[in-house]
Formats: sequence, C-alpha cells, structure tokens
Amino acid sequence: MRVLVCVKRVPFTGGKMVLAADSMALETKHLGFTISPHEECGVEEAVRLIEANGGESVVLTLGPAEAVEQLRDAMALGIDRAIHLRTDGSEWDPDATAAVIVDAIRTDESATGLFDLIVFGSESADSGGYQVGLRVAHALGRPAVTGLKGVKPEGGSVRCEQEVEGGRDVYVVPMPAVVTVKEGLNLPRYPSVPGRMRAGRKPVATSAPARPAARLELVRLVVPPGQGRRAEVLGSGAAAAPAVVDMLRKIGVV
Amino acid sequence: MDQSKASMETLTLARRFGGPVHSVRIDAIEPFAPDAVAAILALVADNLNASAVFAAGTDRGNDVMARLAARTGQPFAANCVDAEPGSPVSVTRFRWGGSLLESALLHSPRPLITVAPNTFSAEAEPAPIEVDVKPFVAQLDETDLVVRVSDHIDTAGGRVSLAEAKVVVSGGRGVGSKEGFAIIEELAGLLGAAVGCSRVVTSAGWRPHTDQVGQTGTKIAPDLYIACGISGATQHMAGCKAAKRILAINSDAEAPIMLNADYAVVGDLREIVPAISAELRKSR
Repeated sequence: MRVLVCVKRVPFTGGKMVLAADSMALETKHLGFTISPHEECGVEEAVRLIEANGGESVVLTLGPAEAVEQLRDAMALGIDRAIHLRTDGSEWDPDATAAVIVDAIRTDESATGLFDLIVFGSESADSGGYQVGLRVAHALGRPAVTGLKGVKPEGGSVRCEQEVEGGRDVYVVPMPAVVTVKEGLNLPRYPSVPGRMRAGRKPVATSAPARPAARLELVRLVVPPGQGRRAEVLGSGAAAAPAVVDMLRKIGVV
Repeated sequence: MDQSKASMETLTLARRFGGPVHSVRIDAIEPFAPDAVAAILALVADNLNASAVFAAGTDRGNDVMARLAARTGQPFAANCVDAEPGSPVSVTRFRWGGSLLESALLHSPRPLITVAPNTFSAEAEPAPIEVDVKPFVAQLDETDLVVRVSDHIDTAGGRVSLAEAKVVVSGGRGVGSKEGFAIIEELAGLLGAAVGCSRVVTSAGWRPHTDQVGQTGTKIAPDLYIACGISGATQHMAGCKAAKRILAINSDAEAPIMLNADYAVVGDLREIVPAISAELRKSR
C-alpha cells in the first residue's frame, strides 16, 4: 500500500510563551523544534503500515527551509521519501495550506499512483485549525474520518476508531481515504543511528509554491493574562499533610 | 464535555451578531454521519440566508464545521473565545490549546466559527425566546453517508472517567517511575479521584495515553486538580487550566505550576503524598 503523512514543524514550548517583537510569532531563538505531536503518531503509523503491508511511505510538509529537519526526522523512523513545500517562514492560513497540499498530492499521484491513505494530525500544536485534512479530502473527493486512535486497513477499506466520551466510535470507509489522528494512537519509536544515516540519503522533492492571500488573517498574537492564582503555600514536606487535609475539608472534597 | 453547556456558550456568542439566532441540532442524523450533517447545515444556512454559522468547539463541532467550510469554500475559525461582527469579522481564538491567543480577521460573507469549550461565560439565564420550528427537506447525496458510525466500543469500564472526575490526582516526571504511581493511585482511591499524568509520563510508557492531561491528551475541568511532580509546561496547563482549584506538590518552589496553582506544598512528593493519604485515613 501507499501512505502519505503530512506534518508541521512547531517549536517546543516550555513553561512560558514569549512573543517576537512584532507579536506575529513566538520568540523561538531559544527553542528547539519538533513535528507537531499528533503527527508524530501519524509518522509512526505510516511506518508500521508499510512494515506490515509493504509499499511506500511519503512525508510532506509546508514550512521554511529548516523544516527539512522534521522531514529527515520522519525518514529516520522509516519513511521512504519526502516532499517539501518551502515557505519564507510566514504564516499560511488553513485554506491556502490545504490548496497547495492538494496540488502537490495530485502531482505526485499522477507520477506514482494513488495514496491509499493520507494521514494528518487532528490539529497542529500551534495554530490548531482543525481543518486542513478535511479540506484536502474534500478537494480530492475522498472520505475522511477525524481524531483517530485506531487505524486498520481491512481489504479495500480502513477501519477507523475515533475517541468519544466513554469509548470509541467505529467507522469503516473505502480507500483511498484521508484520516486525521491523535496522540495515543501508538507510542512512536526513537530513531536508530543507522536510521538517521539512511535518512540523510533519502530523496526530498522541494518546490516553493506562491502564498495566496489569507482569508483567516492573523493580526497579532496575545499572551493570555495570568489566571491570577497566587499559590497559598500550605507548608513543606510531609509535615504539610494536616494543612492539606484541612484545605480539602474546607473546599468540601472530604 | 457537557453538550448543553457548550451549546449555551455558543448561543451567547452568536447573539452578539444580532437576531434572530436559529439552532440546528448536530445529532440530526443517527448514527452520526459528519458529511450529512455538514450538508444539512449548508442547506439550512442558505435557506435562512444566515450571516454567520456558529458551533461548539467540541471534536464533532470542529469536524462538521471544517467539512462545511470545505464544501462551501469558506474560511473557518476554530476554538474562538470572542467574535465581533463586522466586515471582516474579528475573532480571538486559541493557539497552543489556549496557552496563547490569536486576533484574526475572517474574510468571508458567511463566517464559520466554533466556540472553545469551558472558556466563555454563557448568559446565566438567557431571556426566553419564541421557538419557531421550520421543517426542511434535506436532499442527501449517497456520498454524504459514506462516512458513518457503524459501531461503538465501550471503554469506560466502571472507572472514574478522567474527563468527568470531580477530583484528579496527576503525576509527572517527579514521580520517577511506573511503580512510583502506587502512591498517586492510593491518594486518588481515598479521594474517589481519577488518576492523571503529564506527557513525559506517557512518552516514557509509565502510564497509558488515556491518563494524559494536556493539550494533546484529555482536557479536564474538575473541582480540584492535584499535580504531583509536574512542572507545569504550557502543553500540560492547556489541559488543566479549567480546574476550579489546583494544588501543586513540587520540589521546585519556582516551577511554573506554582504560579498557576491555588495551593502549594514544597518538597519531595514521595514523602508528601503518602503523608496526605495517612492523614486522610486517620481523620476518618
């Protein structure tokens, strides 16, 4: 089978959000970068599907030149090749993002055949738009199921398990299909040293599409005001236990 | 997530755009078929000449609205905490699960907006309104029923559900190991609480992902959240900031969680947590 997984490069945020001077992005000078968490599980799933069924796995990203790091990370885990839609680092809205991904998929599929599964994260860690995967699916005329914790091909269909309150809803849809997945789908492996070496030699096809005007247009980012909680220190060490139980009683928990 | 609470929050924001506000139930199609619901919403919005479409920013709300956006070619702003009518409409929406906010403009003749759950104060007692039921005949295409729930697996299994528990006791890196969670389990048992954890813990394989509280785990809103050995990274706080009260137990008095907590105990959780359990037993 053939599987495409789409990923986004995002910074590792720590305990505090610090904005760049123009308030249009996070200050990332002191931050590392990663593949957005839901998509890390998407990469792992793509690798497992090809290990189990044979075929080819491809990773795609829309992002700055540096996003090639995340493509190499995905290939170090076992993805076969990469497609890099390079930007100048500026923000693309979900509509524009989906449109260029659709173009790239059509181009790739016309040369190598349809992807049985196209995997997205449920939502990106940073902008969290909840829509790129569904827009791509609609444009390609393929069924899409979102927020999955289970993805299992069965013949020409894929069985999808979606986490809902109190359990999971099951959908079975014909392939080719689009799925969006959530962290917890699997526990991603760590890259091996030979995996990293091989990743450096795997092909990356790069193009630089033009950015259409945004229709969900970012004006500025704002750090939300603190929640005004100033912790009342109940004590230190085991000696604080009676004060904790008093507090639990006071607030009606015991 | 309390569906009716999410609906009230959504209605409150929608009313700012002036009346009348029409309501469409998302469970109109059973079993759930998201493309069919999006098709019905598109039809109703056209028929009513709606100036905007709002939905709750639940998983299903965001899913259906993204499908509506795709089929109508319109932009969609998910998880908004504020929206002002105008041309273009201004919205304030979540980034990083709410750890950061974004001001944005929605350039669209019919803005599509979902409202982030647990963030917007619904009107306590909205003025009663006349209900006018308008029947529509939906012409559904076969392709709108391809994606449809065919089965449900129950996984709750009698345990206190993390999303709905009144009290949650969570452990982070500071717990130290899989076995270290015995003292967290013990305290949770005494309080009738659910056990949670941070992302570091699930990545290390100490707890299943279903226990994870955070931006990419479960988002909770308990009466009390007890965070043991959790530093309070933004990824984690995005999942627990809706808690009414937070008690942080941490060896580092300067950890970010201490700034976001109501109560704090400084020291080694491996001594403090069993001491609290012992004190609870003694006081029974």
